[in-house]
Formats: sequence, C-alpha cells, structure tokens
Amino acid sequence: MTASPPAATVKDNREKLLERAMSRYQYSGDALIEVLHTAQELYGFLPPALLKTIAHKLRLPASRVLGVASFYHFFSLQPKAAHTFVVCLGTACYVAGALGLVEALDRSGAKPGSSGAKNDVSVQTARCIGACGLAPALIYDGVVHARATPQLIKAELERIGVK
Amino acid sequence: MSVKTLEIDGRMLTGRTGETVFAVAWDHGIQIPRLCHVGGLSDVGACRLCLVEIEGRKRLQASCLTLIEEGMVVKTATPKLKSHRKLIVELLLAERNHVCSVCVMNGECELQDLAASHGVDHVRLRYQFPSLPVDTSHERFGIDHNRCILCTRCVRVCDEVEGAHTWDVCGRGTASHIISDLGEPWGESDTCTSCGKCVQVCPTGALFSKGKTVAEMRKDRGFLKYIVTAREKKQWIG
Amino acid sequence: MTFEELCGKQTEEVERQQALKNRIMCCTAAGCLSCGADGLRQAISAEIAAQGRQADVELCGSGCMGMCSRGPLVLSAACNRLYGNVAPADAAALVSADPAATETLADRAIDLDSPFFSKQTRIVLANSGHVDPEKLADYIAAGGYQSLGKALTAMSPRDVVEEVKKSGLRGRGGAGYPTGLKWELVMKQIPQVKYVVCNADEGDPGAFMDRSVLEGDPHRVLEGMAIAGFAVGAQQGFIYVRGEYGLAIQRLQTAIKQAEREHLLGARILDSGFQFRIDLRVGAGAFVCGEETALIASIEGKRGEPRQRPPYPPESGLWGAPTLINNVETFANIPPIVQNGGDWFASVGTASSKGTKVFALAGKIVNTGLIEVPMGTTLRTILFDIGGGIPEGKFKAAQTGGPSGGCIPEQFLDTPVDYESLVTIGSIMGSGGLIVMDDKSCMVDVARFFMEFCMDESCGKCIPCRAGTVQMHDILHRMTRGDATEDDIEMLETLSGLLRETSLCGLGQTAPNPVMSTLKYFRDEYEAHIRERRCPAGLCQMESQLEEAMA
Repeated sequence: MTASPPAATVKDNREKLLERAMSRYQYSGDALIEVLHTAQELYGFLPPALLKTIAHKLRLPASRVLGVASFYHFFSLQPKAAHTFVVCLGTACYVAGALGLVEALDRSGAKPGSSGAKNDVSVQTARCIGACGLAPALIYDGVVHARATPQLIKAELERIGVK
Repeated sequence: MSVKTLEIDGRMLTGRTGETVFAVAWDHGIQIPRLCHVGGLSDVGACRLCLVEIEGRKRLQASCLTLIEEGMVVKTATPKLKSHRKLIVELLLAERNHVCSVCVMNGECELQDLAASHGVDHVRLRYQFPSLPVDTSHERFGIDHNRCILCTRCVRVCDEVEGAHTWDVCGRGTASHIISDLGEPWGESDTCTSCGKCVQVCPTGALFSKGKTVAEMRKDRGFLKYIVTAREKKQWIG
Repeated sequence: MTFEELCGKQTEEVERQQALKNRIMCCTAAGCLSCGADGLRQAISAEIAAQGRQADVELCGSGCMGMCSRGPLVLSAACNRLYGNVAPADAAALVSADPAATETLADRAIDLDSPFFSKQTRIVLANSGHVDPEKLADYIAAGGYQSLGKALTAMSPRDVVEEVKKSGLRGRGGAGYPTGLKWELVMKQIPQVKYVVCNADEGDPGAFMDRSVLEGDPHRVLEGMAIAGFAVGAQQGFIYVRGEYGLAIQRLQTAIKQAEREHLLGARILDSGFQFRIDLRVGAGAFVCGEETALIASIEGKRGEPRQRPPYPPESGLWGAPTLINNVETFANIPPIVQNGGDWFASVGTASSKGTKVFALAGKIVNTGLIEVPMGTTLRTILFDIGGGIPEGKFKAAQTGGPSGGCIPEQFLDTPVDYESLVTIGSIMGSGGLIVMDDKSCMVDVARFFMEFCMDESCGKCIPCRAGTVQMHDILHRMTRGDATEDDIEMLETLSGLLRETSLCGLGQTAPNPVMSTLKYFRDEYEAHIRERRCPAGLCQMESQLEEAMA
C-alpha cells in the first residue's frame, strides 16, 4: 500500500526542514551535533538511513557520524515509545529515594534503559535534571513532577492502561 | 635546525625542536612503554603507559604528546611509574577476554609483551568477561572485539594514511567499541579498501588475517614508516 | 542604541515601574514551574483583567527566588512580601488593592528577615526574583548593560583586565583559577581570531546554580561575555548549554535576540566599533563535556573526548584559536565588578577567595533551594542558619563538588567555605552543589553512587578512567552487598592513586575523591560492611540477609 497523501506531505516537509538546518551551517561538519539535534527533533530518532544522509551532506565519514551520535546520550538510535518516564537519579533525588520510583516502574514491567517496552512505555534515568530542590523528580512525557512518589507512577500507569 | 638538550633517566640527550620526549628517548634506546602510539600516526595520549615524571611539573605527562624543552629533566621508569603501568596492563587484561593460549598473536602481541616485562604473572582485579562479537564477514580479515584494547590505531591509520575513515569508535566509556561505517559487518562496508593497514598496526590479535591459527599471525611493524617517509620526504627506505 | 540612549531608557523604565501601584513577581524558575507556577501566573493575569487593574498592576515572571522548597513563590512588590505555596485561588487576594484581602495569605508569607535571607549576600543573584528574565527593559532598569557601556566608553581592554585581576575573582566552575590571569593570557595572544566560551554544561548531580542564573537573569551572562570579548579581543562567543536545560535555552535565545535588536550584541555595540556575536551550542548529554577540552571538541562537532593539556585553551582552543572559557557564574560576576570596581569585589570574602559563592542546597535539609553567601561563611551557617537544619534525624555529612568532591563530616562544620579550606578537608569547592546527608544515608553507598556516575560518564578514551572506574564500582558494589574483603579496601586505594595520577582529564583524576573522603572519615562504615556484613545506616541489602529471607 502507498502512504496516504497527508503523511507524504509531512515527510517532504521534514526533509526540507533538515536541509534548511544544514544549509544554515553551510553544510559544515563542525555543525554535526546541531544537525543531529534538528534531525532528532524532526524524526524522533536517528535511523541509519538518516545518519547516512547527514554524513553524505556534511561530507563526513559515516562511522564518525555514528561515533558522535552514539557518544551523546541525548541522541536516540531507536524509535521512542509513546510514553516516556525519566527518573532523575541525581544525588539529591537518589538520597530522597528515587530508586523507589525506578522500582515502581520496574514492577510494571518497564525497565530503565528500555525503549518501546511493554505497552509502549519507555523508562529512562537521568543524571540530575537540575531540579534538586524538588527531589525526587520525575519527567513524565516532558513534564517535570516534583516530589514524585511510587503512588503517582502507579496512578499514571493505570491511567494509560498499564497494569 | 635548532637542537635542545635535556636529561632523561640521568643521561644528557639532544633532540630537535618540535620532537617529543617519547621520540628522543626511543632514539637513544630508552624504550618507554606504549600501546596507542605508533610512529607515523598522530598521537592521542590515551593508553597512559608512556607517562613520565618531569621535574617542575605537578602531573605526570604523556611523553608522546610532550615536546622537549631545554634543560628538561625527565624520569621514565621510577617505581611509581612502573607500578602504575603494571596496574594499567592488569586493567586491560581484565576488561575484555584476552586468552593468549588461543590467540593468533600469541608470542607477538604487544599487550602480552608488556604484561611479561612488567611482571604481570596474575591479575589482581576481577575479570569482567563481557560478551563481545567476532566479525569475520570480510573476505580477508577479521575483527575480534574480545581482544581489542581501544587504542584507536586502526581508526587513525585508516583516516590519516589510507584516507578511507572506515573505522571509528562508537558508544562511550566501557561500552565503547570499534565500528566500520554505520556499524554494518566489515565485509559489507562500502568504504573499506581492504588495504589491511589496520590489521598491521593493531597491537593485539583483535584485527587479524583470516586463515591464521594460534600464534601464527605476524604483523609488519615497518610498513607504516616506509609509507609515511615516502609520502612526506619522497624517500623509500628499505 | 548609544550609551546615552541606554541611560535614558533606564530612567524611563524605572519611572514607569514606580508609577505602578503594584508589581507582582511570580517565580518562573524550573523549580516553581514544576509545582504549578504556570497555572498560577495565568490565574493572576486573569484576575488582573477581571478586576480591571491592567493600568496599575503589572504581572512579571522572575528568576529563582531561592526558597524552592516552598514553591510556587510570589513576590508582591508594593508591600515587599514574599508568599510561598501560593495557589491559583489566591490570585484575587494578591491583586486586590485592599490590604485586608491579603490577610488570607498572611500564613504563607515568608519572613524576609529570617536567616535564610539575612545571612546571604547577593551579587550574582541580585536580580533573581526582581527582574523578569524575558524582558530586556527590566534588566536595563536594574542597571543592566551599564557595565558594558562603561567598559566601551571609559575603559581600555587592559583596564578591564586589570579590574578583574584586582577583584581576585576565581573561576566558579570548580578549579578556582584566577579569572583575571586567564583573561590576560588570552588578551596577550597574537592571533586576530579569538573566542569567548561560556561553559553552561552544568553536570554535577545536585547542582543547579548555573541553570537558575541562566533562567533568571540571562542578560547578565550575555553582558559578562560581551565585556570579556571586549577585554580579550574576541568577536565571537559561544554558550555551551546542557540539552537538559530547555527553559534556560529558550530564555537565552530570547535574550540574545533582544540584545541584538537593541545593538547590545552583534555589530556596532552601543554605537562603538566593537562587535560581538553570541551563538548557542546545545549539549547532548555528556557530563565529560564540562571539561574544557572536551567542550571544545563538542563545539567542533566531535565526540566529547578531552585531550592532553598543555596547550591550554587560552593558547590553543576552539579551532586552534586562543579561547577564553569561563563558567556561567564567573561571567555573571563580571558586570558588577566592572561597575563597582575590583576593590569593591575584593572587600567581600576571604584573603584568597574573594566575592560570593552560589550554592544549591539539596538533600536532607529544610530549605532546599538556591543561596548566595560570602566566601568564608562556615558550613554550619549555610546548613543550619540559612538551610534551616535537618528535617528529621541527625546530620552525617555534606557533599560538595559532586562526583569530583568529597563528603564533609560534622567535625568540619565550622570550616570557612573557600577554595583552599575545602581542599584541606578532602573535598573541593566544585561548582556549588551542596547535598546534605543524614544518618539514613550510607556512605559506602554514596561512594558507589558517585563511582557509578563516573563510570557511566567516562568517555572511554583513556584506560585508567574507562576500566578503572568499572573496577572501583565493582568493588564498591560488592561492599554494599556484603561480598567484599579487607583486600578490596587496599585495592580501592591503589586504584584511587592510579586514577588520580594517570587519568587524561579531570573526570578520571577526581573520580576517586568521593571514595577517598568517605574512606577517610567513615572508614568504620566500610569495615562494618566488610567484617560484619552489616550496613550501619540500614540501607544496603546484604546478600546474607537476602539469603536468610529466602530461607
């Protein structure tokens, strides 16, 4: 089956936007990290074909592009799940019991570092998100929750249909 | 050309301006240990085996990256340096799966030589036993990640001498590993020229020629100097 | 805009603000935002419209007000009262002109004369809580860009460097290198192309000072960088900011645009011949990029791997050009130094450490939040007077310097906080994270936690750090499981020595610090884990206990 017309429009647009970002930096290899940021914003993750295109356009060896993309934890080489929990494991959150949050997510079947796990929930841990005054902090689908509790996680998981 | 005089291990030596402590020491028979350095490639100072003590400097310095200075006083083999080097070799041996008895490079391996010369008769650290792949998809060569010490000689020779930049380092920290192109099997790489330079510079049995069995692999340690001198000076040394 | 026009604009804005009946400052730092400041702000805004007070009551966002534990915070300028835990339902009372109406809020008023405020000295955070970080006019009204104007019109680059040298300011990123000397080094370099880089890759777990400054007062950092550019002869600056700091990135982008529009950045700044551009570079999640040579590699689009120094960045940095790298707090100190003079700054602090230091208080402490104290203030004052002490349980240790620092036990609470004293007691100043631990915290587990951090963040380039942190973590992990021997302590010490002396960069060199300091002051806890297979804090799950539970 062919893709429906609206989807195709979106795809074309993303290519154009990525191209624009690269041309803004005059296709300089020095801008690799900025370009990867843009690519991930547009596509959600960085599949091999996309890395290959970027390497080609910036005139960089492919292995270097993957080397850089895999060095930085912000860049995801795998597709992301529908819902993301990021548990902060910074010192303040750790001392305030962040491991309890990880355990609560663990019990639901989602493991840290996993992506697209059971029921499309991804669980990540962060090395201090800088919200130490609110420990333990949890980022749920991009929103920071202060003083998160296992109960909060349980409620959220129930709401999105994870037991 | 200006010349500088310095003291290394109690001997007064001279070297040319712009030379490294490492180069001058080796020129005079003082063999500072090394794993990431190889003549003809840029230096990265990553293996930390060539660290030396320099009078007046607070920290130990990687001799492969330290330029000589007039009146410098260098010590290359103090008890402290020797004990650090020994522990670094042990760290390497414990990091991946180095089993000399079944290795193609047994008897010719630079890591093995270092272990022997530093009296590493056993490893005081816990072996990590990581599960790592062997890629033999290339028609002539193979890469065994179990024996890789991440010295990046292959990455540099491929980039700086061959110009293909097939290899690079992927991931970081203890998860770092060498990749070809976008992590495809080596045999499927569309940038590899099969020149084999990476195999020749690899200090261990991580990169090897196919068809060699235990202790059969020999590497040509002189070829790089030959090529680099030919390129830079138009001289073909035998 | 010329310098005269800038001064005119300041007077005009100050008069406009004075004519208002009230300015309601609603804290919009990340801390308060995560406890509902956004909804509160909308409620207040709607209430102003409902009461028809648009003409004489202004609602502004503001930077971090410090007491993050009581968020969301609102400051009512008319009566100079700060309220904590404010809810959208309180909007009517806040906006109301009737003093009686605010009585419903009285129980949530925070005493501005309490030690939390009275023992602080605010230089870097002077504007935080008083200036809307998204309004350039607000910053100008508070005297913003006056220092840049002064430098451009009345000083030579050398004068600026001399003033910074005189101030005694030292790098606030942790190592404490004298800022003035660094500037002089870059100024003296011959090449025409030079760079100024602001290190905003604040990565220590437990540290959020730089984020607060960037979110609360972004123009101050831009101004500090522009002054630095003028002093050292650079025309291009970069801010390398953590990718995790979305709000700071957004505010910086806004601030840069505003400043460029008013010719406070870009070409012909304040109608002078000086030009200076600032670009943002967003980090991508690598702690090691806080190390200056790794940061440079990252701006150049490479893997964030450090390289050997020398050469130091002032000689050969970004693309091989002379590069001045300072952190956020250091740049934030520059405008007041230029405005008030180096001697004024040097009058605050101790003999070797001048000025103030911003700390982020976190952990087992009543007033978690952001504070600024003169150098030389004792830990006791910071933790017990300002921080309000430990909520329950007993104080055990204060951790400074993050994964590069150490744990300070009770006997050193009266140590004045400055660069040298902290090193003497086995820690470091670090960037300003201060985490308090009580008797429920296990020090072996804390050491393990930091080692795990360093292991995960090691770039992998040099062997001692890449493989050494793995081995050290392995030992510490076994200790917390009750599966270690006395020999392991010895090996831990041997590995610590190796990492400290042979690692390529600061990450590896300082990674053993948390282990060394806890071994020094809490050795009994290590021994209990090994000899008795027991965790004194009752935190670690020993394998023997698990087996018993299973049986």
